[in-house]
Amino acid sequence: MSDLLVWSIIAAQILLGLAMACSVFRILAGPRAQDRVVGFDSLYVNAMLLLLTYGIRSGSSLYFEAALIVALLGFVSTVALAKFLLRGEVIE
Amino acid sequence: MSEPAEIPVLAETLTAALLFFGAVITLIGAFGLVRLPTFYQRVHAPTLGMTLGAVCVALASMIYFSALGTRVVVHEVLIVIFVLFTTPITLLILVRAAVVRDRSEQSGLARSTERTER
Repeated sequence: MSDLLVWSIIAAQILLGLAMACSVFRILAGPRAQDRVVGFDSLYVNAMLLLLTYGIRSGSSLYFEAALIVALLGFVSTVALAKFLLRGEVIE
Repeated sequence: MSEPAEIPVLAETLTAALLFFGAVITLIGAFGLVRLPTFYQRVHAPTLGMTLGAVCVALASMIYFSALGTRVVVHEVLIVIFVLFTTPITLLILVRAAVVRDRSEQSGLARSTERTER
């Protein structure tokens, strides 16, 4: 693994961490509930990308499956939260 | 951390560039989430930024692992397809919920002001 790839992985991890910090700020400071849900949505996508980056760094395929599970569960929970905001209950 | 095997320079450079580009695009999207003023503007920034960022990072992982020769490429295509399908669905459902909430709040506000005027 060359220096270029190592440094670009480190830079990508730092940038994705900053993006997660932005999402956490929106979760904590969002004026209304839908702002917090949007912040949570971008938070789990960022976590998934961070897992993919870590998988490239370590060269193992385990992180990919974790990223796929994070994406699936994050999508389901975001839709459940949006449904709750829309109707007041998740399963009718 | 174990050092992986050597891979061709072209694949390595492409992986590095795509990783960095995807991370920068994702950060721009998240920064828009912080800076834009209203909710309906804020929804768009992470949706646009994170779709392109996720596609770039998954492409980088795909190129790296297929150059390494450890496994088949199809896995990351799964993530790309999943992200491309779910992000607009999330946007639509969230914006619909926000519109319904805003409308009910406004009608409730109008009713309460009528009550106070009376």
